[in-house]
Amino acid sequence: MTVRTTATALRGIVEQLGRHSVRGIEEFGYVAALFVEALYWFVMGRRRMQPVRLHAVFREAMMIGIQAIPIVSVLCLAVGIMLAIQGIETLKTFGAQSKVVIGIALSVTREFSPLIVSILVAGRSGSAITARIGTMHESQEIDALRVIGINPVRYLGAPMLLGMLLMVPSLTVLGDVMGILGGGIYSSMELNVPLAVYADRSLAALHVDDIRQGLIKSVVFAVIIAMVGISNGFQVRGGAEGVGRATTRSVVLSISFIVLADMIFTYFLNR
Amino acid sequence: MSDTMTESSPQTPQAPAVEPVIEVRDLVAHYGTRRVLNKINLTVMPGEIMVIMGGSGSGKSTLLRHLLGLKRPTSGVIKVLGKDITRLSAAEMHQLRRTMGVAFQGGALFGSMTVGENVCLPLREHTKLDENTMRIMSRMKLEVVNLAGFEDLMPSELSGGMVKRASLARAIVMDPKLLFFDEPSSGLDPVAAAELDELILRLRRAMNMTIVVVTHELESAFKIADRITVIDQGEVIMSGTVQEVRDSENERVQNLLNRRPRDETVDADDYLRRLTR
Repeated sequence: MTVRTTATALRGIVEQLGRHSVRGIEEFGYVAALFVEALYWFVMGRRRMQPVRLHAVFREAMMIGIQAIPIVSVLCLAVGIMLAIQGIETLKTFGAQSKVVIGIALSVTREFSPLIVSILVAGRSGSAITARIGTMHESQEIDALRVIGINPVRYLGAPMLLGMLLMVPSLTVLGDVMGILGGGIYSSMELNVPLAVYADRSLAALHVDDIRQGLIKSVVFAVIIAMVGISNGFQVRGGAEGVGRATTRSVVLSISFIVLADMIFTYFLNR
Repeated sequence: MSDTMTESSPQTPQAPAVEPVIEVRDLVAHYGTRRVLNKINLTVMPGEIMVIMGGSGSGKSTLLRHLLGLKRPTSGVIKVLGKDITRLSAAEMHQLRRTMGVAFQGGALFGSMTVGENVCLPLREHTKLDENTMRIMSRMKLEVVNLAGFEDLMPSELSGGMVKRASLARAIVMDPKLLFFDEPSSGLDPVAAAELDELILRLRRAMNMTIVVVTHELESAFKIADRITVIDQGEVIMSGTVQEVRDSENERVQNLLNRRPRDETVDADDYLRRLTR
């Protein structure tokens, strides 16, 4: 009897696992198709008389990027200060406090700025994208677009993706500057180095490759945020509650994917 | 009958038989594994107002989604304006959509645009008219639905009846040959509903459109319809003129007309079986 129950329980687990895997693969395929479709409309839209409107891209860029400037600045400044505090404390043991400059410059540009920026954008705009498309789906606005002859991926999805691709790297550059500035402000006070000298040393420590590494990551993160947000929005079912559920899912998924992708990219970009 | 035809045909070329605007043959559709439409047949002739009537869950909304090309059927043929929409390419479908207008149940106006911009949207996407012309055209259509002067309001600032009328204005802005209207009177007070019925009749007179209305409201159906198709449990149970539907002896039709609840006779064995399944 017990053998049989264990067997059925095991089978249940395996079945569950299989079902989840199939669903996961299905969803990945859906997202990939959506991504290709959005790019297709950007390239081919004009020829098919359905262009991706530039003003729509700018409107998205405005919401995703420009309005996030204050919060990105504050957070990256804070991260820079935090890195300086930790860095100076740690390096004191070796009497190498002055080397904190290199640590801050590299870790901010390669790691913290893209990561902080994209987590912030995922929470701010990824969720908004899902909520907006989801609400439009529930109020039949997506259907209305389709019957008017407007492809919703072209009209809504493509501008969101492009806005994201434009703004996440831009915000990352801003984050680089603010992070290094934050580190500089604290270090210059703590180590009695003028800010100008600190800036000089930071520039000397940085290579184009470091900035590029951060930017490559930020592009990948932008795609993740946009595609997770858009696909969850289009898959909303079940009214207001469904929209809420999809929004939460979108944020959790995109932040998880961002962190995982970050790890993978860091591994490959530093070898 | 056949004599007159053979007589007249050699001299005058025979007038082409009037093609139906919509022709649905043996439409079958599933939600997952559940069959929601079963062998639906439907013909809508030009200039006619066809009301598709049925209770909630009867499959009438699903049928509408298939007619609009929003869903692909399991099998069957759906011809709209002579083209089988189950076989059209995306580009051909895009072309066909320019000749169709749809007013959705909840209006489905875009919340981020003003009423005027909503009405202009099909023009903006399908034509190369300049801003001024588009504005004039959208004002004309808003005038038709008695919403002149409301173009700068946001949809959230309109009442339920106004939203439906604005949605209608958006649906007719391209002067479609074929207009679909989903539940025009649902959620409206009797006066607003009656106004909307009048509006539908006036539109047909003025623009000579073919109109398909999906509704569960008997009163409105009888008022506007040329012909009614009654749907129940995914099947067409009757199709005919208003009078024919009124006079129908079909029990399910009469149940719907007299608002009689579905027969709930309980078979004791069956009931037990359902519980202990």
